[in-house]
Amino acid sequence: MQTDSKTDKSVLLFPEGVLELNETAQEILTHCDGQTVSEIIQALAKEYDVDPKMLATDVQETLADLQRRKLIQFT
Amino acid sequence: MTAPRPYALLAEITYRCPLHCPYCSNPTQARDNGELSTDEWTRVIREAAALGVLQIGFSGGEPLARRDLPDLVRAAREANLYTNLITSGIGLDDDRMGALRDAGLDSVQLSFQSDNSDLADEIAGTRAHQHKLSAAAKVRAAGIPLSLNFVIHRRNIDRLPEMIELAETLHAERVELANVQFYGWAFLNRATLLPTRQQVIRAREIATAAKARLAGKVDIFYVLPDYYESRPKPCLAGWGQRYLTVNPIGDVLPCPTASSAIPDLRFENVRAHALDWIWRESESFNRFRGTEWMPEPCQSCPQREIDFGGCRCQAALLTGNAANTDPVCELSPNRAAVDAILSNLNPSSDQASDWIYRINPKPSSLFLSRATTPKALAEQRPSG
Repeated sequence: MQTDSKTDKSVLLFPEGVLELNETAQEILTHCDGQTVSEIIQALAKEYDVDPKMLATDVQETLADLQRRKLIQFT
Repeated sequence: MTAPRPYALLAEITYRCPLHCPYCSNPTQARDNGELSTDEWTRVIREAAALGVLQIGFSGGEPLARRDLPDLVRAAREANLYTNLITSGIGLDDDRMGALRDAGLDSVQLSFQSDNSDLADEIAGTRAHQHKLSAAAKVRAAGIPLSLNFVIHRRNIDRLPEMIELAETLHAERVELANVQFYGWAFLNRATLLPTRQQVIRAREIATAAKARLAGKVDIFYVLPDYYESRPKPCLAGWGQRYLTVNPIGDVLPCPTASSAIPDLRFENVRAHALDWIWRESESFNRFRGTEWMPEPCQSCPQREIDFGGCRCQAALLTGNAANTDPVCELSPNRAAVDAILSNLNPSSDQASDWIYRINPKPSSLFLSRATTPKALAEQRPSG
């Protein structure tokens, strides 16, 4: 993941592909540093001062989509 | 139209290759009169990054044939590019793997000709398969993401399940099952490489099922054989839109096959011009940019910004005019040319003796190899 200097947007690069990340996806990916999915949800809920239940589906779906594309890995 | 920003640079750093695959997309009459130096490539890489390029693929020929590959990878990483090595794996020993890893290489795409050693070596025209298996292990041991690339054709298409199994065994993250596209050497060998319709239908079913089965484990890309399609592929996502290629001698191309397929287009060289000017201003990049150049039926077609009229190289190779609609399109007045190729297919000619193996570029005009038969020569099309 890096910042595209032409647009200042976050992009995720992989073989023969570029994924432009929206702010939600970028926030979620920034937390993919060894935390569990529920820890990520808790952290984001705290950051944005919302109920974790509001975020859970978004986070889970985003991560599942990225995992299907082999762009992240659950360990 | 105004030039958009490009996303990816394909750096074909050499046409030299230890393999002789008859489906190679390199030009059949590639020139080898002076590859770009390390310094010249470093300049090209920096200029590409400044243009907006985010990703570089080191390809060829065999990019490992250049000793300075780790230096080029380092230069690309320093320019903040995602670096991808597209290789046969030949020459990837522990030292070079270590040097590439230390230079910051992000990913490796390793080509395989088959899962079966004998067939793979027959297709490659040399003993390569065992080296590839060991190269795959070295990539994994270095902790670098691995993709396997299979070029699919009549002779190996029935082994798709075994190829996918090999990707699983080697712990590849991705596998690309790409039906051969007919350019360069593949165009010469089309009659023996083109799969039958039954093979293509079966292969698609296998790839689709495997993609679902292996979701999250191995990402499977199946590239369709476009002659069997009724609408053309969205080649390059449009000419001069997202991609550029720099070939070994520094010619800048909208796609790797353009220089040989479209002989009446003049391509500019990085030794004479800045990359920025070539991308934005040159005739070659602007000729088919956007939709204004399109003839009918493309011009009024609702799909024109979805498939961009298909592939310019294919239009040139099959209709003699790069500005025509890709003849794969069912709406093209030239679709009959593709149908004739499909109906004249002779499924029994798919053996090594039927192939014209790729040979390395020679500095002189002599390019005929011992593998070239008189019959094959008669079927060759002259190209520039």
